[in-house]
Amino acid sequence: MTDALLTLRGLTKAYPGVVANKDVSFSIRSGEVHALLGENGAGKSTLVKTIYGLVKPDSGSMTLRGEAFAPSEPREARAKGVAMVFQHFSLFDALTVAENIALGMEDPPKQREVAARVKAVSAQYGLPLDPWRVVGELSAGERQRVEIVRCLLQDPKLLIMDEPTSVLTPQEVGILFETLRKLSAEGTAILYISHKLEEIRTICEAATILRLGQVVGTCDPRETSARAMAEMMVGQVLHVPERAAKPAGDVVLDITGLSAPAPHRFGTALEDITVSVRTGEVLGIGGVAGNGQDELVAALSGEIRVKPGMVALKGRDIGHSPANARRALGLLAAPEERMGHAAAPDMTLTENAVMTAATRENLTSRGFLDWGRARAFASRVIADFDVRTPGPDNAARSLSGGNLQKFVIGREVLQKPDVFVVNQPTWGVDASAAAAIRQALLDLAASGAAVVCISQDLDELMEVSDRFCALNAGRLSDPRPAQGLTVEEIGLMLGGAHDLEVAHVDA
Amino acid sequence: MIALEKRPQPSKTWVYLAPLLAVALTMIVGGVLFAALGKNPFSVISAIFYEPLFGEFSFYYRPQILVKAAPLILIAIGLSFGFRAGVWNIGAEGQYIVGAITGAAVGLALYPAETRLIFPLMVVAGALGGWAWGMIPGLLKVKFGANEILVSLMLVYVAERLVASMALGLLRSPEGRGFPGSRNLSQWASSANPELMAGTGVHWGVVAALIAVIFAYITLSRHIFGFHVRLTGQSPRAARFAGVNPGRMVLACMGISGALAGLAGLFEVTGPSGQITIDFNVGYGFTAIIVAFLGRLHPLGILLAGVLLALTYIGGEIAQSNLGLPGAAVQLLQGMLLFFLLAVDVMTNYRPAIGKREVA
Repeated sequence: MTDALLTLRGLTKAYPGVVANKDVSFSIRSGEVHALLGENGAGKSTLVKTIYGLVKPDSGSMTLRGEAFAPSEPREARAKGVAMVFQHFSLFDALTVAENIALGMEDPPKQREVAARVKAVSAQYGLPLDPWRVVGELSAGERQRVEIVRCLLQDPKLLIMDEPTSVLTPQEVGILFETLRKLSAEGTAILYISHKLEEIRTICEAATILRLGQVVGTCDPRETSARAMAEMMVGQVLHVPERAAKPAGDVVLDITGLSAPAPHRFGTALEDITVSVRTGEVLGIGGVAGNGQDELVAALSGEIRVKPGMVALKGRDIGHSPANARRALGLLAAPEERMGHAAAPDMTLTENAVMTAATRENLTSRGFLDWGRARAFASRVIADFDVRTPGPDNAARSLSGGNLQKFVIGREVLQKPDVFVVNQPTWGVDASAAAAIRQALLDLAASGAAVVCISQDLDELMEVSDRFCALNAGRLSDPRPAQGLTVEEIGLMLGGAHDLEVAHVDA
Repeated sequence: MIALEKRPQPSKTWVYLAPLLAVALTMIVGGVLFAALGKNPFSVISAIFYEPLFGEFSFYYRPQILVKAAPLILIAIGLSFGFRAGVWNIGAEGQYIVGAITGAAVGLALYPAETRLIFPLMVVAGALGGWAWGMIPGLLKVKFGANEILVSLMLVYVAERLVASMALGLLRSPEGRGFPGSRNLSQWASSANPELMAGTGVHWGVVAALIAVIFAYITLSRHIFGFHVRLTGQSPRAARFAGVNPGRMVLACMGISGALAGLAGLFEVTGPSGQITIDFNVGYGFTAIIVAFLGRLHPLGILLAGVLLALTYIGGEIAQSNLGLPGAAVQLLQGMLLFFLLAVDVMTNYRPAIGKREVA
């Protein structure tokens, strides 16, 4: 290929005990939107860090515009026209947009000049951004724009984006894609890292798929089905969750006018949430993280106690009941954060089983623990949910994220809840574990339980939900049947789309 | 370069090795220190660690070790609950003093009645006094978020003033010819806490300490309350999720440690000390913090650590009187013990990775 912008040849990088990249070769043309696909741990991060000069490869070489390219630090990579937008933003909340951008510059001009350039770039690429606003007040989507504009000011030849849409609403994704298309039309290549296959099919022209550090395939995502790409990623035939048609049952969880103040300074207050869940159904709750998801789970699990009358379980008022009384009645929950919230990292799996299962699994008698029963229960969770671990005596922190998540979900599901509330069930979990967890949720609903599934992943919610509603700034929209909902409708329900005008750009 | 990386599992070996290594390091560095003071390090170390146990006068020192170890163990067991749950009661010394005052006061109020019921009544009063003194920082923390470390520590100084004023005023012996100090409780049959077997040093405080060790062991390993204590310390958010009420946990831990410290004070004032005096407290409440950590907050470990620290007290006195070692040097040795333990303890959860380190 003569017009290759960046070519990788035989890149290999090994860490003690694991080969992160093994003989990786591919090339990106100017103006191409190139997807890098792979599960967690497939080596995507190591590869882009190599390109960005954060990691030195053990062997292999790169060429950029025909010249040898071996950046020893990000500054060198940036100087040669490689820019990167990280998944986690590195911005100072207390500073303005312009100040944040000036901080990242080698030789920053005056504030006013920075602001003018920010304005010019944001207008040019359809990224509405006020340079004088304080970053702490911006939404996640706007913060990402700050990062993107920061990169664009360097006039990059190659822009690397790591999971850019994980924090965006569908409308914001639309704005982002317009920008990327514009950049691509101007000849900037984009290396787009994601595991959201539908997005990749929308925006990317080429894809390289990594598995266990190796390139296992390339494809044109516009002509390849999401399923085929997923199977290349996972290396096996993917199990698609099955749902059995079922009649709607009785209302089992009834939330009426649930309001609660923010539990801490960075929390979100819940405002007048009303919804009911029936046996056998999955209620999906979408929304960008930080809109009250943690608080809603806490109010239902009993971590936050709310006023009497706000939450009823099987007709009984449990608004003011403590967590274990709710468990005894059949309401179980799994919070988002695995380490330190859903599980205690330094405790064994047996002890972690005791954490929530003591009441329902009769693991205590007169307050004394029956460690034999606890161990047996933990072993059952490990066996039934295919948790990869040497045994129940291992510390929770020794498990990988996906395995611990399977344990956490399994621990609650095996207690046969009447209502199960779960927040981000497959966050940071590899595709096969995610499929298993979703199947478990559907099976639980099929067995007659009500499931409340809170997630940022809209594909996931569409896969499991019977009804869908959205949480935005602590308020819950009215639920609607999930079947037949379009992306636009969901976006409007999420309502969190900032600056809804989708980039009016003069082409 | 040397970096520390977290072990996937806490090392079983290091859990047991760390205290032994800490003791060994203390002996070595302590020896260097004693040499710098112009003493023969070997004779000082032997005076402190060997003579009380196996020396010529060990028949006299061994009971003394038990007498010193009992309050240390009793207090440290109480503290270990709080320390495991992340509740930092630093004021056991104050709770110890107040327990002694309330226990003694109840006894003295009934003087000179002759009934065996008085001593148990005093035991209850002592425990309640320590409990109440511990509740002050506990309630302030739960209600107002006041830092329990500072409040409990400052209450030690309040308690010290209190015991001085008691010795001079309310509880002063009417037959003391104006000298400060209460009646001698160990010489009044109704309130005495005597040696239960002659020549062993075993008094009711020693029995209570052993019961506390067993009680704590069972609670922490078998009871849901002990499980919740450990869970709260390791992952406070997970504990809340598991249904633990954090405020109640603070109160329970402050209560337990306060009550046990109060008990220790009561057994001391009715036995070895015998009376409320201006300088009644000798620092058991603070040394017990070292005992608790040296014993890895484990009841059996605390039992051993309490005996070890008592040994350094007794051995330190021998070294002071026989070899002219300054008293501060012995305190330094005790401090060193905790210092080295905390340092070596890192190895339980981390392992050194020498050389290779990657810029992530």
